[in-house]
Order: sequence, then structure tokens, then C-alpha cells
Amino acid sequence: MARTIADDLVIVLAGEAGQGLQSIEGILAHLLKKSGYNYFSASEFMSRVRGGANSTAIRVSGKRTAGFLDRIDILLPLHREAIPHLGNRITPDTIVIGEKDKIDHPGMIDIQFTRMAAETGGAIYANTIAAGCICGLLKVDEKECEDFILGYFSGKSEEIRSNNVAAIKKGYAAGKGLAGITVAIEKDAAVKKELLLTGSEAIALGALAGGCDYVCAYPMSPSTGVLVEMASHAKKFPIIVEQVEDEIGVVNMALGAWYAGARALVTTSGGGFALMCEGISLCGMIESPLVLHLAQRPGPATGLPTRSEQGDLDLVLHAGHGDFPRIILAPGTLAEAFALTQKAFNLAAACQVPVFILTDQFFIDSRGNTPVFPVGDLKVEKHVVKTAMDYKRFSLTENGISPRGIPGYGSGHVCADSDEHDEAGHITEDLELRVRMVDKRLKKFAAIRADIIAPKLVGSGDYRTLVVCWGSTFNTVCEAVEALGEKDVAVLHFSWLFPFPEEAGAYLKKAANLIVVEGNSSAQFARLIRLETGVASDHSVLKYNGLPFSVEEVKEEIKKFIRAGGRHGKRF
Amino acid sequence: MENAFDFADKVDIAWCPGCGNFSIRQALLAALAELDLARENVVLVSGIGQAAKMPHYIDTSFFNGLHGRGLPAATAIKACNPELTVIAVGGDGDMYGEGGNHLLHAGRRNPDITLFVHDNMVYGLTKGQASPTSRPGMETPVQVFGVFEKPLNPMALAIALDVPFVARVFCADVEQTKEVMKKAIAHKGFALVDIFQPCVSFNKTNIFKWFKDNTAYLPDGYDPSDRAGAFKKSLEEEPFPLGIIYQSDQRATFEDNLEVYKKDRTPLYTREVDMKKVEAEIMAKV
Ligand SMILES: Cc1ncc(C[n+]2csc(CCOP(=O)(O)OP(=O)(O)O)c2C)c(N)n1
Ligand code: SF4
Ligand SMILES: [Mg+2]
Repeated sequence: MARTIADDLVIVLAGEAGQGLQSIEGILAHLLKKSGYNYFSASEFMSRVRGGANSTAIRVSGKRTAGFLDRIDILLPLHREAIPHLGNRITPDTIVIGEKDKIDHPGMIDIQFTRMAAETGGAIYANTIAAGCICGLLKVDEKECEDFILGYFSGKSEEIRSNNVAAIKKGYAAGKGLAGITVAIEKDAAVKKELLLTGSEAIALGALAGGCDYVCAYPMSPSTGVLVEMASHAKKFPIIVEQVEDEIGVVNMALGAWYAGARALVTTSGGGFALMCEGISLCGMIESPLVLHLAQRPGPATGLPTRSEQGDLDLVLHAGHGDFPRIILAPGTLAEAFALTQKAFNLAAACQVPVFILTDQFFIDSRGNTPVFPVGDLKVEKHVVKTAMDYKRFSLTENGISPRGIPGYGSGHVCADSDEHDEAGHITEDLELRVRMVDKRLKKFAAIRADIIAPKLVGSGDYRTLVVCWGSTFNTVCEAVEALGEKDVAVLHFSWLFPFPEEAGAYLKKAANLIVVEGNSSAQFARLIRLETGVASDHSVLKYNGLPFSVEEVKEEIKKFIRAGGRHGKRF
Repeated sequence: MENAFDFADKVDIAWCPGCGNFSIRQALLAALAELDLARENVVLVSGIGQAAKMPHYIDTSFFNGLHGRGLPAATAIKACNPELTVIAVGGDGDMYGEGGNHLLHAGRRNPDITLFVHDNMVYGLTKGQASPTSRPGMETPVQVFGVFEKPLNPMALAIALDVPFVARVFCADVEQTKEVMKKAIAHKGFALVDIFQPCVSFNKTNIFKWFKDNTAYLPDGYDPSDRAGAFKKSLEEEPFPLGIIYQSDQRATFEDNLEVYKKDRTPLYTREVDMKKVEAEIMAKV
């Protein structure tokens, strides 16, 4: 069977934890991007360190794409369970490359990675051989492969390095020689100059550019990647990174840090965030800035620790007792992850509110290429004043924002109190003042609104059907709608969720059919839309099995809905 | 005598008349004044409870946060600006109950902060329930059959954690309370002072006389630097030893261990981000 893959290739690596999927992906990511291919990878894995059945999907394309596809063009199963694990994602069109004695699949191309590894020096070289095989197939420059491998294993012994070079060459030859498969994806030299990074890395770089100098967290998947990234930046930048005893300590430390003039970042996931809720309320009361990254995973409780969901929106909207303003952001692309995280620090400092950045496992663990993040105009806005003797931390002002002093900077006292307080920060039970203080805090909503980022419309402004999505689903939903090829279907993506952008109302009201796509079981964002605008969605596309939406299923769902006549029963 | 840390106007203090907290306040005001600390560099940190209201009655900056959560905030404040004198204050419920986990880990970190615990062996603000230090047999509206849990021994716990300054005082001795407070604040590293304090409204067992009868000053010649000896001493109860039970200069502080201060001692808020370096970090991902 002869196959030519012209513009878009999905390679899936499947194996058990500990077999090295990540190291193969790591090698391929750099080599494929270096040679000018657009690259995107997404991983799904079990919550275990060894065994199980995991997979990483790698998308190589001529055009920038970062949607998740069910389709598998080439499968590299490293263990027998890969075949049942991937189920009907494997079709007769899927080219399976594996070892005959390990995997039984009709039509499989047999490459003896293990035997070749043994010839090279040991079983540990099998992964490099597999990576080499893909590079050979995709005509990556062979010399570049060798150079990269030498660098990649630079910390290892001379023997290991040269064996890995031999391994990549062996794999390369095998891949190049594969009869019947031609990959003719166009390379783009511009890609070589782009960034290659994960969601975690983009968030961390955004924090760095936002002037983050204090990071505290308690490890919890999938949020730990950001903690690890920040810790690595702390080797070069003056950042305090502290692993705290629990999430309650985390949020209280972060508030203490902001109080003392630092710019603290918290990174956590559902269960950890749930523990922080009283601290979020404290943040509201003492009008502290706070930036909190929440990488969502399926709940309730421990849920599916290493999987993806968009199920914590309601929690973040309402976290903390009492009324106080907050900002909720949800990046849809790597560029947005960087820009919004950077902005989150300035917004928090300017408005003295908690700013939440909602991502999820799919987003945080995905990797792709993206144009270099521009730093030129970015500023770290501190919004801190030097205090005078008569300084009052909670002075009543026109817009509700009181100039923020910090202790030790100026001669005034900075008094923060979790009780209701007077302008100076002292406990009060003056109930008339209480009302003014609540009103003062809520007034800040108006100041926040000045910064709101309107949702992004993708497609024709002349739509009848509007597909709404938020956060990590951006690329997948856009691609699904594009693949649908209907001129009157457009996408509206929200990266700023709350305070709900007023501009959205007009877009939503204009749609004859409103579909909301989101990764939870109760249509949380659709409910927010209805609450804020009165517009009810006509259809919700929901997913909550722990896996990301795929382009195919979103497309199919929209198609079904339109076929069924949509809301007005006028089409088809 | 005028005290720089006292308010010029009369403060409306919410404590009950006769409460031991008044003596603690008196001692703290004197300690701060005698240490000659710059007022604008002192930060009091507290949680919630009667004791935790202290920051409102001393004229300094303060962070009066959540019940039990004073220590993480205090640790971070000191970490972000080591030039500040950071003093955490709270009750036995606040610091040993709700905030117990943070106490353990503050012991591990050893930030250069001071912790004063007003130990009245009861929950005062919530009107008389048992606390982690309530003595067995004490009856309350909740512990109707009497407390039967083993009381926490904060002195032994702190010495086990190698907290480098561990002391206990009785607030009725304002002079000793003040002197120990001064030493605790001056000590480099985490310092815990457990302050016996009668709660006249809700603890009818551990009253002034009970504390008087059940405490004993450490003998002359007592060596607080001997950890094993100090631990043994800390296990003594009824009478409970009063004074500096353990003191050590063997541990580096949390801030001293922080990489950000290895070359530059300035507080974080004075520093600027080097955007050129950020750009280089971004370009490293190409
Ligand atoms: C999260 C939380 N739980 C409960 C309370 C209610 N509460 C306030 S103070 C307190 C205990 C006070 O006891 P202690 O810390 O010993 O202080 P005291 O009043 O005796 O000085 C409790 C339970 C609270 N404020 N916050
Ligand atoms: S309730 Fe007890 S501890 Fe609280 S102020 Fe009154 S006497 Fe003091
Ligand atoms: Mg108490």
C-alpha cells in the first residue's frame, strides 16, 4: 500500500509509563521543529509511574495547527496494550510500525527496534532508534539529528553519546527506507526561528515577564509543571520558590508576600484550590493582589489526577465566602498563556484583586511551536506608593482602589485586617462603614472592566451559528469549524471569562443558533453566559471523560446539530 | 512614660477587664520600645482570637489574617523583606490547633520571626471551648464529660523541632515577660514564647492562682543550650518551668538560606525585573 502524506501527519507513540514516550517525544519535538515543521503534541497518561497504557500524539504539519485529532496516521506501539488502548482511533488507514514478536496487528510494518538496540549497545537505545526512524521518514537532515543527539545527551558518558548517535542513524536509515510511505509536508523556514514550548513553560515565562518574584505551591498534577519551570528560572532570576506544607499555607504565604511588596504566583489544581478558598476570601477582604494558576483536572475529589477537564469554573467563580471582585482568565493558545499571565500580575497589582488563570492538563502538557513572544512593550507595573505618617491602607476613593503601601517603604503603617475594617485597617463594627467598605470593594469591578479583553470571533461576522468556547479548546474548536466548511458558522472564544465581557452580548444575541463547547458535565460556562446576558445556548457540547475534545468529534457534534435543524428548524 | 508603639489617643480594647492579655500588651509595648526598633519596620502578624487582636492595640504595621494562618504569612513577609522585624501573635487555639501544621513547618524553615502564643488553655473568643492545651478534666459547654485528650506540650514539640529559641513565661510577671520577649525578638531565627495567660471569663480552672501555684522559674545556672537537657526540662509539668528553656545559635535562618539574598540583601520590592534577561530566557526556547 502506497501512501503519500501531504500536509498534516499525526504520529502516535503508545507505551507504558517508564518506557520512554516522553524522551522520544522530546527528541522529535526539537528535531522536527528545527527542520521547519509545525509541531504540536498532546499527551494522555495514567496516574502511575510505571506500567499502564499511555499515549502521545504528535502532529506535524505545513500550516500551524494545534487542534487535537482522533486520527492516527502512524502508530508506534511500544507494547501490546497500545492496540486495544487506542481502540477505534486505529483504522485501516493507520500505518502501524512495531516489532512483530511484541505486537500482533494485521499489516504492521515490522521494525526490530529492540534487536537493533541490542546491536547498538543495549535496550536503552531503542527509544533513540524509534525517534531516528520518524526522522528518517520525515527527511529531517541527518547531520542535524546527530548534532542534536550529542547535545541532548551532553551530560552522559562518551560511550552513551556515541551509542545514541549510532542509534539515531540506525533508526534514520530504517525510516528512510520504509517502502510505500512518502511524507511530503512542506517545511517552513520561519518555524525554525519560532519558540517550541509547553503550556507550563508559556505560563512560567509570562510570570517571569510579569515580574513574579515569589512562587509558592504544594505539588499537584497537572499544576506542578509551572512550579518546576519557575524553580528552574529561579536559578537565574531573583525568585523565591517555596514548597509549602499544604495549600492553606500556600495561599496565606502568597498573600503575605504581596503584603510585603513581592509579586507572588500560586499554582495549583482542583483539590488544592478547594483548600485555598478561605485564603481567596481573605485576599478579597484585604484587597491584596494575587495571581493564581489553576490547572484543571477531573473531579470531584481526587478524580482523575492526570487527566483533563474544564470543570472548576464554577468553583473559581464563587471561591471564597462573601462578595468581592475577581478576574478569571483562560488562555487558548501559547501566546495567550504568556501574554495573559504577564498581564495578570499588572491587573492584580492595579486592581488589588485575585486574578485566576484557568488552564487544564491538556493545555499545560501540550507542546508546540509559536512565534517569539514580544517583550518590547511589556512593563512590570507595581502600583505601590511610598507611605506618609497618616497613610490609610483602605482609604475610600472614587474608584474603590486605595493606593497600596507596603510595610517598611515610607513612614506610614500598613494595616491589613480580615475583619471588616475602617480606612486605616482597624477592626470595626460600625455597620454604616461596613456598607461603605463593601461598596468600595465592589466598585473595583468598574475599574477592572476598563481592561477587559473581548472574546475573539473567528470566521465570518455574518454567522447564523455561533460556536462558543473558552480556554484550552480554542484550536480544536476553530479547526473543527473550519473543517466543517460552513460559511455561516463562526467561533467565539473567550480568554477573559470574568467579569463577563459586555461586548460578548451583541455577538451572542446575533446568533440564530448558539452552541457552547466545554469540557465539563454541567455546561458551566453556558450557565454563566445565560446569567450575564440572558442568552440561553441552544446546544451544549460537553466532554468529561478526562480526554481533550478532538477536532473530529466537535465537528461531528456541530454537524449533527445543524442537520437536526438547529433552533429554528430552517436549515437542511 | 510615652511609648512610641502606643497610640496617642485612647484605644478601644475589646478584652475583658482583668484579662491577662493586658499584661502581655504592656510587656510587648515595653519590649518594643526598649529594643529601640524603628516603628515603620515592625510588622505584627496574627490570626483570629482574643490574642490575635493584639496588632490592633500596638501602633505598627500589621497583617491580621485568618484563624490559624499567621505563620505562613509571617514567614513570607520576612522572606520578602528581611529588613522588617516580624512578630506573630496568637492564641493556643490559633497557633496550636487550627494552625498546628504551619507551626511544625515554621520550625523546619526557621524564619527569623518571633511567635508569641497567649496560652490561656481555652478558646476565649468563641466562649470557652477546650483548646489543644486544655488540661484533662476541664469541663466546658462542649467537653461536657471533661477533656480527656492529652494536652499538647508546645515546649517539647518546639525543642524536638530544634526551634532555636523556646521559652515560657507567665504574663503576671510583666518584667520577665518583657525581658524574654526582647531576647526572643533579638534572637536570629524562629523564636517561640508560650505565655501563660489567665482567661478570666471562660477558664475558671486555670486562674491566676493556678498558674502561680503550678509554675516554677528555671533554676540559676540552668543551661538552655543543652538540647537534651532542655527537652527533659520541657517535659516537666505542674510546676511548668518558666524562662528560656532552649536557645541555640546552630541553625541558619530561612532567609539566609534563600538564594535571592546570597549576593544582594535588598528587599524584593526594591528590585526591578531585567527584561533583557527575560527576553533571553524566551529566546532559549527557540
Ligand atoms: C476558620 C475558622 N474557624 C473558626 C473560627 C472561630 N474562632 C475564632 S477564634 C477561635 C479560637 C480562639 O481561641 P484561641 O486561639 O486560643 O484564642 P483566644 O481567644 O483564647 O485568645 C475560633 C475557633 C474562625 N474565626 N475561623
Ligand atoms: S475571653 Fe478570656 S482571653 Fe478573651 S479577653 Fe476575655 S478574659 Fe481575655
Ligand atoms: Mg486561647
